[in-house]
Amino acid sequence: MKIILALALLIVGVSSALAIDTGKAFDDPELQARYEKIIDEVRCLKCQNQTIKDSNAFLAGDLRREIRRMLDEGKDDDEIFEFLVARYGEFALYRPRASGKTLILWLAPVLLLFGGAVVLWRILKRRMAMPIDDIG
Amino acid sequence: MVRYLAPLIAFAILVPVLMIGLTRDPRQLPSPFIGNAAPQFELVSLTNPDERVGSTDLIGQMSLVNVWATWCVGCREEHGFLMNLARNKVIPIYGINWRDSRPDALRWLQQLGDPYVATGFDGDGRVGIDWGVYGAPETFLVDARGTVLYKHLGPLNAVVWDRDFRPLIEKHGGAT
Repeated sequence: MKIILALALLIVGVSSALAIDTGKAFDDPELQARYEKIIDEVRCLKCQNQTIKDSNAFLAGDLRREIRRMLDEGKDDDEIFEFLVARYGEFALYRPRASGKTLILWLAPVLLLFGGAVVLWRILKRRMAMPIDDIG
Repeated sequence: MVRYLAPLIAFAILVPVLMIGLTRDPRQLPSPFIGNAAPQFELVSLTNPDERVGSTDLIGQMSLVNVWATWCVGCREEHGFLMNLARNKVIPIYGINWRDSRPDALRWLQQLGDPYVATGFDGDGRVGIDWGVYGAPETFLVDARGTVLYKHLGPLNAVVWDRDFRPLIEKHGGAT
């Protein structure tokens, strides 16, 4: 029992030591909340399936530093996203903004869901029309 | 009949789409700068801390902007090719030494040769972000008015040069 407790404590201790973002928190909690929300939405271009919040690549660190600087300068969220898109393209954002180029990304799930629903509906309709004995 | 053909047609459309997808490298991102003005920048020169290297240097002739670092394996790989370009005066090459240490970078140029007209020292990666750099080496082709014509990710070599750079340079009047 003691060993389990010791192990659990060790894991807790180690995981905080491995925290990725080592920068100092903002004094203003509201700014800190915005910062955390933004870095959770930005892709680390070096390690493409991680956000810059999750990544310890130095590029992610550099981008976090730039976002901190812009927040300190009083830039709003849109200006910060625009800064990133101008340099790295829409791909830098985990939720690309809806525009001509990214429209297909936003519409595809809806279209696929709709297509699936049509197929399902047709199959069900046919089965409903069958005599009970034929099913199964 | 339609019931049996429809899935087949859908399959026939899907296969080429997915095959094209397989041939693409997800690390190669389109640069938003292509066709647009190169980002404004000014850096302290790596080799001479009293001098500056910046956007104004790129105006007036077609040039390459090469982002490199001593920790970057691909940079070592392409260095010989850059030396060749410089030796044959194919095109002026400007370097951005990205997230590096100055002594390491200077030693690199001393040992392997310096193909650059000038190199800006970007120790904290600030200018790298302005150029949308995410992995060295990256090479930009910039025309005489400072417009980015092309960007290559990864080491340069003769194959890449003949395929991607040479035709573009010729199309835009050649480098002088």
